[in-house]
Amino acid sequence: MRNLRMVLWLAAALGAAGCGPIEPWVKPYERERLADPIMSWDRDPVSSSYVKHVYESREGSRGAMGGAGGGCGCN
Amino acid sequence: MRARAVLALSCCCAVLAVPARAGVLEEDRADIMYHRYEGGGVEIDGPSLLVRKKFEEKYAVSANYYVDMVSSASIDVVTTASPYTEERTEYSLGGEYLRGKSKYSIGFTNSEESDYEANSASVSIAQDMFGDLTTVQLSFARGWDKVFRRGDATFEDRVDRRVYGVDLTQVATKSLILGLSWETVTEEGFLNNPYRSVRYLDPDSASGFSFQPEVYPRTRTGNALAVRGRHFLPWRAAAQLEYRWYSDTWGILGHTVELSYTHPWGPRWIFDARYRWYTQDAADFYADLFPRADFQNFLARDKELATMTSHTFGVGASYEVKLPGMDFLQRATVNFRFDHILFDYDDFRDLRVTGVPPGTEPLYDFSANVLQLFVSGWF
Repeated sequence: MRNLRMVLWLAAALGAAGCGPIEPWVKPYERERLADPIMSWDRDPVSSSYVKHVYESREGSRGAMGGAGGGCGCN
Repeated sequence: MRARAVLALSCCCAVLAVPARAGVLEEDRADIMYHRYEGGGVEIDGPSLLVRKKFEEKYAVSANYYVDMVSSASIDVVTTASPYTEERTEYSLGGEYLRGKSKYSIGFTNSEESDYEANSASVSIAQDMFGDLTTVQLSFARGWDKVFRRGDATFEDRVDRRVYGVDLTQVATKSLILGLSWETVTEEGFLNNPYRSVRYLDPDSASGFSFQPEVYPRTRTGNALAVRGRHFLPWRAAAQLEYRWYSDTWGILGHTVELSYTHPWGPRWIFDARYRWYTQDAADFYADLFPRADFQNFLARDKELATMTSHTFGVGASYEVKLPGMDFLQRATVNFRFDHILFDYDDFRDLRVTGVPPGTEPLYDFSANVLQLFVSGWF
């Protein structure tokens, strides 16, 4: 019973922490490297869509080949 | 034809894979490309033109024109049909609307050739959150295909397709970005190639085997999960590692691992190198040689459904140029990409070899060269 109470307290503490504002651990001014064009998932979309097409025509697997979601947060 | 069905799927996925840095629209840009694939008796080349333009930093439109000119004398064609030439044309249109940290996208793609027509539409929403360290994108695409058969005016069938996708991108450190993608593709309709055959043992045949048309299930659902990381290296270079898992209701299980490296050199050059490894198990109803005709309900001898492994070795170079007479361009690049791919099959045999007992022909393998030349301009 004591262990259960401790687990519940721990869960409640973690849950409360999750409700608080999340501090970005990489500040906007620290994202210079991530904003470099060489860090793009998909630097040349005309090329990457062609390459996907080459593979999907010759393999049985499909999907999840994109690098969608740039998300460097550098805007 | 299966390749064409997959092309239709590529269309669906292409509209889904609009880059989604949710809080910002991509730059105005135009690309014109010549592409060429050569391998296994197949030559495919053609142009691709992609243009993106944004308005008021809130709206963006994009359009893509793409052509495949196919000349095929592949092993399937050589052993069971006649070489052919064909042209496929694809048009895509897309639109984006940016509102705060959310980006809404729609897209439509049409692809046509003499015996296959594919249309697909997609919607997606991407959202930046947690101090812009996380981007989540949800996407959905729907495809409607029509399948025809040359020389048979009475044949017409359809394929309905739905693609559900979730993408997550996470800034992990000042130098590392992580990505996670999930995609479910579900299809219903005529999913096989109306021209392709399977072979079975036939003592009455001089070769010891005969052919009958393939029969596929009319439904297929596949799930793919990919994880990737891209790391900025201290000497201004980037390395990326990616793994993709795939499984579907036809029994195909696939694994992909890809490693790539990007290295700028001086102010104008960017070089790329990559290696990709792929392997898959065969579909449950695949066999190179069936024991007899109509051996089971579903029959396939499509090498794309066989047990296979492929290796890709690729290089690329991009050079920033000043194009004469094009002062309206902020910058432009000339780009070259070349990939050499080796395909090895574990249970697909080379029927060009005759005079041996059925099922003892050597296993098939081939290599392909893929060339891309393109010019990109930012305006």
